[in-house]
Amino acid sequence: MGEKKKKIIKTIKIDADKCNGCRACEVICSAFHAQPKYSSNNPARSRIRIIRYPLKDIYVPVYAGEYTAAECMGRDKYVVDGKEYEECAFCRASCPSRDIFKEPDSGLPLKCDMCEGEDEPLCVKWCRVDALTYEEREEDVEDVEAPKELDIGLESLAKKYGAQEFMDAVARMSMKA
Amino acid sequence: MRYAETGFNLEVDLTRGNIERVETDPRDTELYLGGLGTNAKILWDRVPPEVEPFSPDNLLIFSAGLLCGTPATGCNRTIVSTISPQTQLMAFSMMGGFWAPELKYAGYDKVILRGKSPNLVYIWINNDKVEIRDASHLKGKGAVETAELIQQELKEPRAQVAAIGLAGENRVYFASIEQGRSSASRGGIGAVMGDKGVKAVAVRGTRDINVARPLEYLELCNEVLEYIKWRNEHPVPGVMAILTGLGSPQEMKVHDEKWHTENFMWGNSRVRRKDFWNEDIAREWAKTLDTMRTRLISCYNCPMTCGATISPPGLPTYMMKCFSKLTYTMAAFADLEFGLGIAQSATEYGVDGFSTPQVMAFALELYEKGILTDNDFPGMPADNEGRFYWLLDRIVRREGIGDVLANGTYWAAKQIGKGAEEYAHNTIKKHEQLPLKLSMLNPIYFLMYSTGEKINITQIEGQFPQAPFLTMEEKEAFVKDWFQVPDDKFKQIFLDWEPRGEKSMPFYPTPEMCCEIVDWQERMHYIDDALGMCAGLSSFPLKPPYHIHNYPKFISAGTGIDMDEEKLTQAVRRYRTLVRANNTRRGMRRKDEKPPADHWKKRFPELEEKLLDTYYQFKGWNKQGIPTKETLHELGLDYVYEDFEKRGVYSDNGGAPAQETSAEKDKEA
Ligand code: SF4
Ligand code: SF4
Ligand code: SF4
Repeated sequence: MGEKKKKIIKTIKIDADKCNGCRACEVICSAFHAQPKYSSNNPARSRIRIIRYPLKDIYVPVYAGEYTAAECMGRDKYVVDGKEYEECAFCRASCPSRDIFKEPDSGLPLKCDMCEGEDEPLCVKWCRVDALTYEEREEDVEDVEAPKELDIGLESLAKKYGAQEFMDAVARMSMKA
Repeated sequence: MRYAETGFNLEVDLTRGNIERVETDPRDTELYLGGLGTNAKILWDRVPPEVEPFSPDNLLIFSAGLLCGTPATGCNRTIVSTISPQTQLMAFSMMGGFWAPELKYAGYDKVILRGKSPNLVYIWINNDKVEIRDASHLKGKGAVETAELIQQELKEPRAQVAAIGLAGENRVYFASIEQGRSSASRGGIGAVMGDKGVKAVAVRGTRDINVARPLEYLELCNEVLEYIKWRNEHPVPGVMAILTGLGSPQEMKVHDEKWHTENFMWGNSRVRRKDFWNEDIAREWAKTLDTMRTRLISCYNCPMTCGATISPPGLPTYMMKCFSKLTYTMAAFADLEFGLGIAQSATEYGVDGFSTPQVMAFALELYEKGILTDNDFPGMPADNEGRFYWLLDRIVRREGIGDVLANGTYWAAKQIGKGAEEYAHNTIKKHEQLPLKLSMLNPIYFLMYSTGEKINITQIEGQFPQAPFLTMEEKEAFVKDWFQVPDDKFKQIFLDWEPRGEKSMPFYPTPEMCCEIVDWQERMHYIDDALGMCAGLSSFPLKPPYHIHNYPKFISAGTGIDMDEEKLTQAVRRYRTLVRANNTRRGMRRKDEKPPADHWKKRFPELEEKLLDTYYQFKGWNKQGIPTKETLHELGLDYVYEDFEKRGVYSDNGGAPAQETSAEKDKEA
């Protein structure tokens, strides 16, 4: 067994009820990530986006998460308190199914990096109505090396078809390639 | 590379359906900044006084302010300029919200509309792609509804849409341009948009806006944010509640309306109800607001939440700001539930929240006095509230008496005759004013009302307390951290200012001091209108985060243009004078520069003449309020002087009757 290790968990708490839709968070995020820093801004490049339908009272700040090469098999659509949110509204992925969390020209994916190098996430700092607040806490975690995804996949195939069958298949494929 | 601005305007010729992207001259930015400043220059160059408001040659300019789209908090104003059908002068109404920054991100500083489209259209600006699209299916639709429909058909919920309602389509002289959270309402610019056949302008942009000196600029932005926070925690004591803090007056937050309801006038700006407010009303109105108000909302990049989404029972949701909360209620002697309900219709129709209720109350007063009769109101309901809804409908459709009223109280009274003029008593330069009637002449306000070319008191006042404080202790406390003053002499004036006795109104502040105070107040508004800054964070409140000392730094670090207080003040004088030059050329003279006759009970004709004389001289204008040759030369506006000479402007002292338009005058000559 591995030994216990400390890990910092960073959480931005989003109180969507407090969001007034001002998009200051988008402004500062895109300015911070400009090259050189703060030399330009463009909310379309922000790693936080406000899904905003004022007449339906919908205000959802969403953070950019992982890039995904393919969209999900199906989409989700939430109804909360009688308000119907747009498809995939709460998803963080930079995904082929939509245009948010991508550089507007190159289409390269964007991902929130918690404002690396700053004391506090800048979107939190610029959100003056406390819709965004920042928390840090320490957690104990087991220090075991997590198995690689490919290893898990291969192991399960070997189990299913038998090791020899599996090796043959790999050999056939490498001859074709 | 251009900083803060994009350096490009979009020129749209509606007659020919032609669209051009035109690079602007960076020297104009140095001379006139942007927003209102460069708008005034374009109108001067391209819209001579012969051009009528509804001529295809009139321009309708949507301009983002110079710093819109940068991270400066609250810098989100669109300045819409044209020639007003109501005042026949230059109108420059502004709207907050989200439109101006979006235009900048699309790559443009201004959209300049000229000509007239034969069919109703809307304009879709999506970065480089700009189209004129058919809007026949949107004819008659509400302004808010139109915005939603356009977002849906473009499949672009992030497009920002400025649209007119039925009032604009039918060229009502006080029609507004609505834009979700905000509207450009004053001066009837929505009517010009309707006349041009443009239902809406939709914008979406995903480009960068650059600033010249990034770290310095961001530091300035952070300072402003910190100060806003401090200022929100430290309201100014000793002034009425709505003047203690920052932002537009926080009408969507307050429940206590004692001050407004007992000090502002009801009906056709006539009746003061001194003991109106009581516990029952307070409870009932609080309940109304609490049940209808869904959320407090802000404009782009601002934490102040001055607006709200309002959902009246059984009606679609709309967004409201400021004082339109009470204008309909008070014009109709009704309650808040009525006011918030009818404002929903008014927003969809797209009409100004100041002029409209007054026009309706004016009509009903004429009815009461027998000047208008049952024949003028066929089918009007008997109940008061029903009458207001009925009148609003007639006006925006220009049906029957509505067609007359749709020109505003000044023109309607002229047309109705039979002594109706006496009832159109609350206008300046033919434009309806706040329903406020007071006792003692205030010399500072006298000058602002008389000479303000935005023709709206809230768009020139600010900075300086409206009345003297009672004790020296309070005064000293107030001036202690008053660093926004351009010069310490303003502190002394304020310290010496007494509610009674020798140093009280109307003779103190002296005319010379009043000039300086008014000039400072006006200067701040003109800066805001060029930069695109919200007045609620700058020119309107006491002790604001933006002021004459940090503005030059913002402009320098933002645009890369070297700017200091002196150079900025000179630039403001230049385009402020250009606004006046546009109006001078259209016949505006001293006789037009006066508050409503009944604004104060106690008037001082001699003093008032002296105030105006002193102020004109201070500004470098002659006795008629026309900028002199020397002033124009000093500001580098010799081209204005040449035009004035050619037109014989200096020898025209305004003898011509007011209802004549310049074009008619020319025809006679
Ligand atoms: S800054 Fe805060 S209030 Fe403004 S949009 Fe972002 S989350 Fe909402
Ligand atoms: S934490 Fe930083 S990187 Fe992430 S969204 Fe906020 S501002 Fe952008
Ligand atoms: S202070 Fe109010 S009106 Fe001004 S930009 Fe901010 S939210 Fe809008």
